[in-house]
Amino acid sequence: MKPVRFDYARPADLAAAIALGRRDDVVVKVIAGGQSLGPMLNLRLIQPDLLVDITAIAELKRVEEAADSITIGSCVTHADIEDGHVPDVTCGALRAVASGIAYRAVRNRGTIGGSLVHADPSADWISALTALGASVIIHGAQQERRVPIEGFMAGVFETDLASGELVSGIQIPRLSSAARWGYYKTCRKTGEFAHAIGVYLEDPERSVCRAVIGATGGKPIVFADANALVGAGRSPGALDVKLARDGMTAHGLTDPIDQQIHLAALRRAIARANGS
Amino acid sequence: MTEQGIGARLLRKEDDRLLRGRGQFVADLRFAGLKDVAFVRSPLAHARIRGIVVPLTHKDAVFTAGDMKGVKPIRAVSGLRGFKASDQPSLATEKVRFVGELVAMCIAPTRAEAEDIASTVTLDLDELPAVYDMLAARNSTSALLHDDWGDNVFLETFVDTNIDKALDAPIKVTREISTARQCMAPLEGRGAVAIWDKRLEQLTLHSACQMPHIVRTGLAGCLGLDEGQVRVIAPDVGGGFGYKAILLAEEVCLGWLAMQCGHPVRWIEDRREHLTAGANCREHHYRITGYADRDGRLLGIDCEATVDSGAYSSYPFSACLEAAQVASILPGPYDFPAYRCRTYSIATNKCPILPYRGVARTGVCFALELVLDAIAREVGIEPHEVRAKILVKPEQMPFDNITKKHFDSGDYPESLRRAVGSIDIPAVRVRQKNGETDGRLIGVGLATYCEQAAHGTSVYYGWGIPMVPGFEQATARLTPDGGLELRVGVHSHGQGLETTLAQVAHEILGIDVSKIKVVHGDTAMTPYSTGTWGSRCMVMAGGAVSAACKEIAKRAAKIGAQLLQTDVSRVTVRGGEVVGSQGSITLGEIARTWYLKPQNLPSDVDPGGLEATIGYKPVRDTGTFSYATHAALVAVDPEIGDIEILDYVIVEDGGKLVNPMIVDGQIYGGFAQGVGTALYEEMPFNSAGQPLASTFADYLLPGPTEVPAPRVDHMETLAPYTEFGVKGIGEGGAIAPPAAIANAVNDALRPLGAELLNSPITPRRVLEAIARAGRSAT
Ligand SMILES: Cc1cc2nc3c(=O)[nH]c(=O)nc-3n(C[C@H](O)[C@H](O)[C@H](O)COP(=O)(O)OP(=O)(O)OC[C@H]3O[C@@H](n4cnc5c(N)ncnc54)[C@H](O)[C@@H]3O)c2cc1C
Repeated sequence: MKPVRFDYARPADLAAAIALGRRDDVVVKVIAGGQSLGPMLNLRLIQPDLLVDITAIAELKRVEEAADSITIGSCVTHADIEDGHVPDVTCGALRAVASGIAYRAVRNRGTIGGSLVHADPSADWISALTALGASVIIHGAQQERRVPIEGFMAGVFETDLASGELVSGIQIPRLSSAARWGYYKTCRKTGEFAHAIGVYLEDPERSVCRAVIGATGGKPIVFADANALVGAGRSPGALDVKLARDGMTAHGLTDPIDQQIHLAALRRAIARANGS
Repeated sequence: MTEQGIGARLLRKEDDRLLRGRGQFVADLRFAGLKDVAFVRSPLAHARIRGIVVPLTHKDAVFTAGDMKGVKPIRAVSGLRGFKASDQPSLATEKVRFVGELVAMCIAPTRAEAEDIASTVTLDLDELPAVYDMLAARNSTSALLHDDWGDNVFLETFVDTNIDKALDAPIKVTREISTARQCMAPLEGRGAVAIWDKRLEQLTLHSACQMPHIVRTGLAGCLGLDEGQVRVIAPDVGGGFGYKAILLAEEVCLGWLAMQCGHPVRWIEDRREHLTAGANCREHHYRITGYADRDGRLLGIDCEATVDSGAYSSYPFSACLEAAQVASILPGPYDFPAYRCRTYSIATNKCPILPYRGVARTGVCFALELVLDAIAREVGIEPHEVRAKILVKPEQMPFDNITKKHFDSGDYPESLRRAVGSIDIPAVRVRQKNGETDGRLIGVGLATYCEQAAHGTSVYYGWGIPMVPGFEQATARLTPDGGLELRVGVHSHGQGLETTLAQVAHEILGIDVSKIKVVHGDTAMTPYSTGTWGSRCMVMAGGAVSAACKEIAKRAAKIGAQLLQTDVSRVTVRGGEVVGSQGSITLGEIARTWYLKPQNLPSDVDPGGLEATIGYKPVRDTGTFSYATHAALVAVDPEIGDIEILDYVIVEDGGKLVNPMIVDGQIYGGFAQGVGTALYEEMPFNSAGQPLASTFADYLLPGPTEVPAPRVDHMETLAPYTEFGVKGIGEGGAIAPPAAIANAVNDALRPLGAELLNSPITPRRVLEAIARAGRSAT
């Protein structure tokens, strides 16, 4: 199939993009890497009058490093991160996650902001960044606002973004050097979206012990204080299976086989954090 | 063997253009005034059409069945007793019978605009219950696809050879086995450009097809044209696998439209159309029992096989070829005394299933080989021991099996022995005892098959389908500069025939392959042929090219002898020359003499000149039987259900290999598709008959990281009945992998008591099988 006829604009600054996005006489859609939007256009699942391409906006590609965090522009691509063009404040977690998304051709174009706004439950960033405690920086007609990532994704393909708003960047806290993380996804073949994701982050200096179960069919399931969940010694056997299953059931992930796979992903993420 | 002749690992001539992106596929063709077509397709699986509403603004750009007066439906009958024919209208008339069935056709300067118009057409449909489950479709309470049939059965067949002698066997293993509906997914989908030439009063259809002559015959029939008024050109075609053997309703529509509107029209299939409404295949179900003695010797097979044929019988192979073949090939490469098989070809509200590489063989191999392994487990012997007892032995060759298939040659047990040795089953058993450090379970699996290929008149006459292959013809023509043109009616779309047929000609005439041009894919330029299917091209077209080149050699020898002033009995043709005792003369010089200096020709020269069309058939046309044993070593992750292929061995016998490199390529490609069948590919439908995989995000194909390099070992037993001893090998690679891999998975899961019987073996199916086994153990 082919997309419907649409106009195309490629503004050079954020204000112009936001102004275009606020037009109410036409249906406007933002396009970044086009890796998710492209297929939706082709299948006519979305039929915009105007596409606003935000990849020429320099400030959306900026990376700013601060003492306790890093802010990555929304149009930074998965490949930029994979290739180490973004300073590492996460003990290598960002690079590792980026390199496991899709395959290189997709990573060359797909952006971190686009991935979050697309809000596919099986995508990598939404789960990984949830575990890292990131926040999303949003620009609209009003002042910029920041939303902790857990509050950003509202559901399948749904976010907290109001019409006319753009994600300009993602702020990710700096991990202490003693932090340990593990990320594990299961998928049928290389480059596929995840069937199950487990993420685990332990950063005692910052009093963080967080676990996330992702690719759930909805928002990632967050165990903000995962100490009880992972149990003493963090050994695979110590995981509180009931707690994990209850968490999944509460989020509507009830199928026992799906639960088993997600549990395994989480267990393996914890094992990876422990160096095995 | 010469450097370029039979047996040479010559690089493929066609790759120079294909790898540089210079191929010319249907979608690359440009014509003045060309307009694009988009179809309005049925959104429902089964419904009565109450009305089709076209907005007035578009009424000149939209066509429905009512407009196509006089166009006949596609009808592919079978001569098998009891076959019920279906009429597939090009555009739906009273009913729609599958999601994606064509209802209306829209034209516009671009495809996007044609889709805009298509989206304005509204269908008033009265939904009927969808027939989506081929087993339930046999019930008398089922809704009916074709109202006048009385049931949903295209064809039922039955054979019984002494099954009562096996029924009391001490070992009896019964399984329900199935292969999922799949899609063929060649790189290029279908596509067509149709042009009506007013001067010639001729319709030219440029089509991404693999059987242009058959498409021409079928198309002329539907449109009511003389065959001379139809020319089909298949340019570069990006893979066929059987999908491109079929005359499509889309092609009939385009042909009609081009005649109506006076300008070229084009339809290029997109992947969504391809997956949901086009290239479906492979959906088989088996209820199968193996009878054996306590030593594991197979005494009989009893089977009821059902094939989901979809809504219509497709031209030319018909809706029953798949199931009917199941009955004749299920016994595989084995010798056992009792056999019964009942088959059903069932009509459902899904798009027709079409012959896919390996056709029925992949399903049959899956069913039989899984049962053999189940017998081995039951009696407690190694799977290869069960096979070794019953594989037809070389001293039995040629061998007529229980369904009267004539196995021509080979050493089947040797392929098994080599595969067992190469994958090293004893070492696997030790490794299994020790366990894996990562907690995975490993297993080894085998599958042996033999594949009838290039079977001809005597076999196909029996199916009684619209096309029965006879003699295959080739034209060889020396050009005045000493080059050679070969014209063949088969089509090459990945098989490398532009190279291998040139190698055959080189073998006979010694002309450098760079000067040999293979012309194919145009009904106006090539002899009639049923085309490329059934692993037949090298046997049939290769034989024909050889025969035609021999005729050219004979005629050239005569002219050459005259020019060398010697007797024809004293010359030979080799190395591109006619060689006598006193000297030689090039074929180029001989060609120049024939075409441009005829005054020098002998007075009794053959007036046919240096162009010859010769028909060829093997000495026996019951088919060549290539065969192979595949052995897979896999690791199964019992927690998440993942499967990794650790090692894969293929020991195959394709007779004389014309180009071993190309044969390897065919095997690798077939293997990749077999891995897809085994582990990934599935086109699910819901109970409303809706296809649930409409993009490659939902329909998973294995990629480079999922397909390990198989280790291929060739045996080369010459076929007794064919030119050079070649056997058909095109499809084999795709036949055994699902069986070998499933057997390996079952071997791995044996400690857990789990067994998988349905392809593809997805993580979910693995975990469900483990869970089931766990429940039944407690
Ligand atoms: C074959 C394939 C495999 C894939 N596999 C994976 C995988 O394994 N894991 C994974 O995580 N992802 C995967 N993806 C998705 C990929 O990561 C995409 O890049 C990502 O989902 C979208 O990013 P994008 O920049 O391409 O966004 P686009 O496609 O351009 O846009 C996506 C959506 O976000 C909106 N949008 C984009 N940027 C902004 C912004 N700054 N502010 C507001 N709205 C915005 C768009 O309007 C649109 O609705 C895969 C994609 C493909 C094609």
